[in-house]
Formats: sequence, C-alpha cells, structure tokens
Amino acid sequence: MRSGDQSALAELYDRYSSVVYAVALRVLGDTGAAEDVLQEVFLQLWRNPGAFDAARGSLGAWLAVITRNRAIDALRRRRPETDIEDVIVSVAPDLAAQADRARAAEKVRGVLGSMPAPQRSALEMAYFEGMSHSEIANKTGEPLGTIKTRIRSGLMALRKAFQGG
Amino acid sequence: MTEHEQFAEDLALYALNTLEGEDRAHLEKHLATCTSCRMELEQLRGDGALLALSAVGPRPPQRARQRLLDAVAKEAAPTLSQKTRDDGAPTAVGTRRSWWGVLGWAATAAVLVLAASLWKENAALRQDVSSLRSLFGQQTVELEQARSVASAITNPAGERFTLVAVKTPPQPQGKAFYLRNRSNLVFVANNLPALPPQKAYELWLIPAQGAPIPAGVFKPDAHGSATVVNPPLPAGTEAKAFAITVENEAGATAPTMPIIMMGTGE
Repeated sequence: MRSGDQSALAELYDRYSSVVYAVALRVLGDTGAAEDVLQEVFLQLWRNPGAFDAARGSLGAWLAVITRNRAIDALRRRRPETDIEDVIVSVAPDLAAQADRARAAEKVRGVLGSMPAPQRSALEMAYFEGMSHSEIANKTGEPLGTIKTRIRSGLMALRKAFQGG
Repeated sequence: MTEHEQFAEDLALYALNTLEGEDRAHLEKHLATCTSCRMELEQLRGDGALLALSAVGPRPPQRARQRLLDAVAKEAAPTLSQKTRDDGAPTAVGTRRSWWGVLGWAATAAVLVLAASLWKENAALRQDVSSLRSLFGQQTVELEQARSVASAITNPAGERFTLVAVKTPPQPQGKAFYLRNRSNLVFVANNLPALPPQKAYELWLIPAQGAPIPAGVFKPDAHGSATVVNPPLPAGTEAKAFAITVENEAGATAPTMPIIMMGTGE
C-alpha cells in the first residue's frame, strides 16, 4: 500500500513540481529556498490530501496559490499565515496538462505585456514580493488608492482574458 | 457606492494576503456573511494563480524529487489519530470532497455511476485508513475527470441544449440537485427572463420547518442560463422545495414575493 501511495504522490510531483518550483523561485530568487518550499508544499499535500477541494477548482491553480503564499511567508520570514484548507481557488482554464498551462502562461504574459508599466509593476510587487499597498505606495510615491486600483484592475484584466474560453 | 464596491479593492489585496490591520478585520467580518464576496475572493485567488503561471524557470533539481520521496517514506504509517483533526472530525480523503457538488443534469447518469462507486469506496475507507493513501492518486485522477464533467455545466463557454416535447415553446426551467447530508447543491436553470437593472435572482431552500434559507444569488447570461454550485448552507437541512424570487443584486435574507419559480422533490 505504502509504495502505491508514494507512486501516486510521485505522479503528482512529476506533473506539478515544475510549476511549484518556478513560482517559489520567482518569489524567493534562491534555488535552495525554492527547493525547501517545493518540498514543504508537496509534504503538506501528502499529509492532508483532503485540503484540496476538487469540486471548487483545479489542483494546478491551487498549488500555485499555496506555493506563492508559502514562498511569500518565507521571503518575509513570517510564520505561515493561512491554513491551506481555507484556500479555495476558482479559475476558468483547465490547468491539469502541461500544454494547458503553457498556453495559459503565454496568454498571461501577453496580458502583462499589454498593461501600462506602473500597473504591471504594482501587481508584480504585490504578488511576487508580497508587498502591501502602502509599501508599494511608499516605494513609488503614488497615492494608496491608485495602487489599490491598479492591483485589482490588473487581476481583473487577467480574468477577462480567460473568460469565454 | 454599494457595500460590495466599497470592499472590491480590499478584496483583491486580501486575496493576495497583503491586507492588514483594521481593513482586514473589517473585510473578514463582511466575508463571514456575504456569499458573493466569498465567491469573488475565490475568483481573485484564481486570477492570482494565472499570474503565478507567468513564472518560468528551470525544472527543479532531480535530487528534490528523491528528497521528497525519502521524507514521505520516513513518515510513520498514518494512523487514525493522525488523520483526525483537533476537533475530532475525520479528514479522510473523499469525505471532504464534494462529489455530488459536481453533478449536473446533463451528465447525471454518468456521474451517478462514478459517485456511487466512490461513495461505497469512501465508506470502506473509514474502516481502513491504510488504504487512504493508495486511493489518493486514483481519486485525484478521477476528481479531475469529474471536474471536466462539471466544467461542461459551469463553464461560461459551455453550450446548453434543452430538450422539450416538440412544438412546446421554451419555458423557464430550473433543476436543483441537493445532497442533504453534505449540504451540496447544484442548481442549473435556463430560459430565465432577463432581469431589470440592479436586480438578481435568488434561490431559496424551503426547509421542512422554518423560514426559507438563501441558497445563492445569480444572474442569467444572455441566453437566460444560470448555474449555482455549492452555496453556503446550514448542514443537514431537509429541503421540502426550492424556489426563486427576484431580489436586489446584493441578495436578501428573506424572500420578496412573488415566488416566480418553485419545485418540490421528485
């Protein structure tokens, strides 16, 4: 039984480890730290497979969000903030196959490329650096409200690109 | 500005875990009671997941895979106590997953067969925790299959075909699938009339006793089609019927008459 279990986990690892590692590395910029997050995320899934509710979204998207959150916690040297069971992720595209993810990633990069630079920058600082809107406002010298709006409208632009298939 | 608009930008920050202090506490209080904001939060996290996909880089080193498998092998065989949460509730694989939540009428027959076999397996699982792990991989594959079935119903791009007796003009129709012991509800409707501005349809669970319970606020698409999947419902409520009213966009806590559609269990 145990060896069968481990092969199931290995299969999931083979399918999703490149996404998890890429997200962790993007946030942390350090291969050793990214590897630690990769290990932690899959161990969490192993210990608590029921935390992911498949009725509510794709495993690929959920792992991406869990990984990003864990990597930000590591970057900011704080204890993990959210219980993974509380994280429900709803996303339109099916991200199970590598080809689907590659197509989605290309589309995302297209949307990011067409965003005004300050908006893309605010969105990426919030997402990949875990900066609060006030930290971003301090750094850029722009009003808080502007930063908030840029972050939300940046996320909405991504959503819009995937609506309707 | 409505209450939801007021929270919209904070909700995006919250989805990224960067909202702090009073704003966070204030929003969490609102989220506890607002279904539409909770659903928007899930969507915003999904938008963030898309952003995460833009990260590209090298594949993880080969040793990372072995490190994980070694760590997993070292962990003691799972025991019942390890698989039990602090509150004593079992967290067995499958008990938390909402198999019935992905039911849609177009695929009822196919999924029923799948769900019945899994239900049986899940019952056996509770008796045999050691088999949990091996089922994990299999269920993940099957869950992904079930998701693809669900997406045929819930994806906005999905095409809908409603079959009725020939020469019958299109009628508004709704179908609710409800699994009481798991509080799972899937509702699918079509041919719904367009709504006035600022209004939405609200689905109600009419319990055997007591007041109607809100079961989701929704707006039909341009073709009059709509879907509600797993709205928050009190556990184990017996449903006598489901009903639909027209309410303000934010939804209501008690139905505003008249009831425009209603159906009892078949």
